[in-house]
Amino acid sequence: MDPTEVPPPLALVDVTKSFGSVRALRGLSLELRPGEIHALVGENGAGKSTLVKTIAGVHRPDSGQLLVDGVPTAFGAPADAQRAGVAVIHQEPTLFPDLSVAENIFVGRQPLTRLRTIDRKRMRSDTGEAFARLGVDMDPDRPARGLSIADQQLVEIAKALTRRARVLVMDEPTAALSGVEAERLFTVARTLRDSGAALLFISHRFDEVFALCDRITVVRDGAFVSCDPTPDLDVDTVVRRMVGRDVTSLYPKEDAERGDTVLEVDGLTRRGVFADVSFRVRAGEIVALAGLVGAGRSEVVRAVFGVDRYDAGAVRVHGTPLPAGRPRAAMAAGMALVPEDRRQQGLVMESSIERNATATRRRPLSRFGLLRPRAERDSAREWGERLELRYGRIDDPVSTLSGGNQQKVVLAKWLSTEPRVLFVDEPTRGIDVGTKAEVHRLLSTLAGRGLAIVMVSSELPEVLGMADRVLVMHEGRITAEIDRADADEESVMYAATGQRPNGAAR
Amino acid sequence: MAPERTAAPARAAAPDTRTAGSRARALLSAREAPVVGALVVALLGAGLFVDMFATGRNIDFLVLSIAAIALMALPMTLIVITGEIDLSVASTLALTSATLGVLWEAGIPIETALWICLAVGAALGALNGFLVTVCGLPSLAVTIGTMALYRGLAYVLLGDRAVASYPRDWVGGARAPFLGIEGLPWIAVAVLVLAAAFAVLLHATGVGRSLFDIGNNDEAARFSGVPVAWTRFWLFTLSGVVASGAGIFWTLQYGTSRADTAFGLELQVVAAVLLGGVSIFGGVGSVLGVMSGVLLLGTIRNALQLFGISSEVLQIVTGLILIASVVTPNIAARVRAAREPGPRPAADPAPDPTQGEPS
Repeated sequence: MDPTEVPPPLALVDVTKSFGSVRALRGLSLELRPGEIHALVGENGAGKSTLVKTIAGVHRPDSGQLLVDGVPTAFGAPADAQRAGVAVIHQEPTLFPDLSVAENIFVGRQPLTRLRTIDRKRMRSDTGEAFARLGVDMDPDRPARGLSIADQQLVEIAKALTRRARVLVMDEPTAALSGVEAERLFTVARTLRDSGAALLFISHRFDEVFALCDRITVVRDGAFVSCDPTPDLDVDTVVRRMVGRDVTSLYPKEDAERGDTVLEVDGLTRRGVFADVSFRVRAGEIVALAGLVGAGRSEVVRAVFGVDRYDAGAVRVHGTPLPAGRPRAAMAAGMALVPEDRRQQGLVMESSIERNATATRRRPLSRFGLLRPRAERDSAREWGERLELRYGRIDDPVSTLSGGNQQKVVLAKWLSTEPRVLFVDEPTRGIDVGTKAEVHRLLSTLAGRGLAIVMVSSELPEVLGMADRVLVMHEGRITAEIDRADADEESVMYAATGQRPNGAAR
Repeated sequence: MAPERTAAPARAAAPDTRTAGSRARALLSAREAPVVGALVVALLGAGLFVDMFATGRNIDFLVLSIAAIALMALPMTLIVITGEIDLSVASTLALTSATLGVLWEAGIPIETALWICLAVGAALGALNGFLVTVCGLPSLAVTIGTMALYRGLAYVLLGDRAVASYPRDWVGGARAPFLGIEGLPWIAVAVLVLAAAFAVLLHATGVGRSLFDIGNNDEAARFSGVPVAWTRFWLFTLSGVVASGAGIFWTLQYGTSRADTAFGLELQVVAAVLLGGVSIFGGVGSVLGVMSGVLLLGTIRNALQLFGISSEVLQIVTGLILIASVVTPNIAARVRAAREPGPRPAADPAPDPTQGEPS
């Protein structure tokens, strides 16, 4: 399609946006063409979210132009953007759980019958039609409660379809999806592209970006860096442009000397969630728990740490049995858990960076039972420096930090307890490449110092790059144990999908 | 009372003056600042314009009338900060008072009876805690239930009788001044000491910090090793003990036990706590603010009484103050938000923090 003939449905020209003294966007241009999937990549803090909010009508640009079909337009509110045919699919959609799928799709704009009552029949048939176009099989009458995140996103996409959206912005849609779910989303995205919609796809996962997108725009520090057709690019080039420097290796696991067995888990069972889970972890070893979302990996880790209960089995640290269901006892035994959900489980978002970073060590930071404010502050600062945390003031709420820096606060909170067994659950979810590499390097260094690390991760490259051993879970059971040398994408994926149980193990 | 305040000069001396400045700003804009200000204004106003207010006898009366509320407000502060509420405190007070009456009539020496009453209070609080933590019921529903239950038990014990045969020296002793100073009953000193202890617990210990964490996000608190259920259980038990202590004081102060004692007093306790800047949603609050709130409510009621205003109007005024105390922080937040140049880019902070931060 020649862009000079048909004006693009949405384009940004030289857009700037500042928040106080922070320039979030500095002269950014972007052109979304019909029938094309356009990738936007950049580190966290590069301005991607601000850009999405500008397109969605949440923020108004300070200068520059927003063109709809080549006509300069100002979006005063999200409703204006919707009217112009722009729809945004968020990483975690917020549906009304007690309404049906169809009601969610038509919320606020229900079709009416002649009697001015809601035309349920039409709502249902229109919803069914949208799902049919997307090639999705979902009952329009089922309640939204209990839908997986992937299905919720599909509902949002169907909503966009019924609104006749021409521009679809997907803001890190795959961050919380399993491989199969992501594949399904990509099929839907391709269908939409082929029907002439313009898509903007934001992701931290390069394999997806390269497999799905037609053009890739790189942004850094709120400014445009490059825009090229995908075939002209490779991962190294994109990463270099994003970070502005060479990133030597994404997954720099060094070989560490393996010590004694530190953690033993035997026959751990929680009815209906996981069953008969046994594994051992030695000092200096990184063991990855791989598997699909919902396979029970996080649940196992939580039960071992004591946040969740379990029905049968035993956990031993250095040979000493650990009481069940008591995180404090696990901490005393030298365990630490960096949880999956940073905002809900890892941090108290309203609280300051300092208080979050020291939340696990209030006793050692006290004297005669009284907290020593100076010691708390110094300790938080020290760990901030060690992990290269970027922050304004140490007593700012932790919610003001970017995702990557929030994750560093969680890491500081737990590494400062000097654990001997470290559980990390999706340690790099939703954080940028630079920080990701830092986290990987950190984990590798820690293992080198003799820490036993258990890593839950849904990102295969991360699992394969970091782990000395891979345990694959499928429907609550460990279906394969694969050594670093034998682990590849195929063997892990087979075990994870349960297609060839045990077939992948050597 | 708040340790942050006493620590401020030490921080000002530290090389990082910017942090000290921000701390001072945070103190001035804190939620309890309005109530402390209002208290100063109310005390000055009442002292200057209300006859008889600033007399030793009246201050004595004022302090005695708010002592029980002040006592019960202390554990209530901790409970509301963790995002829960205890509405059964006034009924616990009444049931304790009735128990004391029955025990005294049965000929048990008052020294022994006091300890039994405190134990009863602990048991009543522990029942609340059990229902909230083990059964996982919402504390609002649980304590509305036990509010009626405990009041009912008080009626079972005493019916509509009153026990008024308490020994004279105990009754007089409850109102005795501290070291003979007029206007300073010993209970005021006791409340102050207890308030200081609660303030230290809440603001200067690890347990206190974990209370705020529980109120803001109990899941994250649990993931950090805070025994959330235990903490809640002990808070409700503590609340029961303190309410029974208030019940003992109340009984001896007035020299009578009745089943309808302190009816509706829990609302004044909650009102004082909210007026003191504690967020009803949990996670925010201070002991200094709550004590100011108690004193402010007491002062306003006392001054209006001296003006000869009827008790119905007092009731209305209390209600209006309660609403105002809940609305004010919201309005203040909205005003602050309107003054800011733009929303803080929460997800996209400055690439370089040294450039400064938004607003």
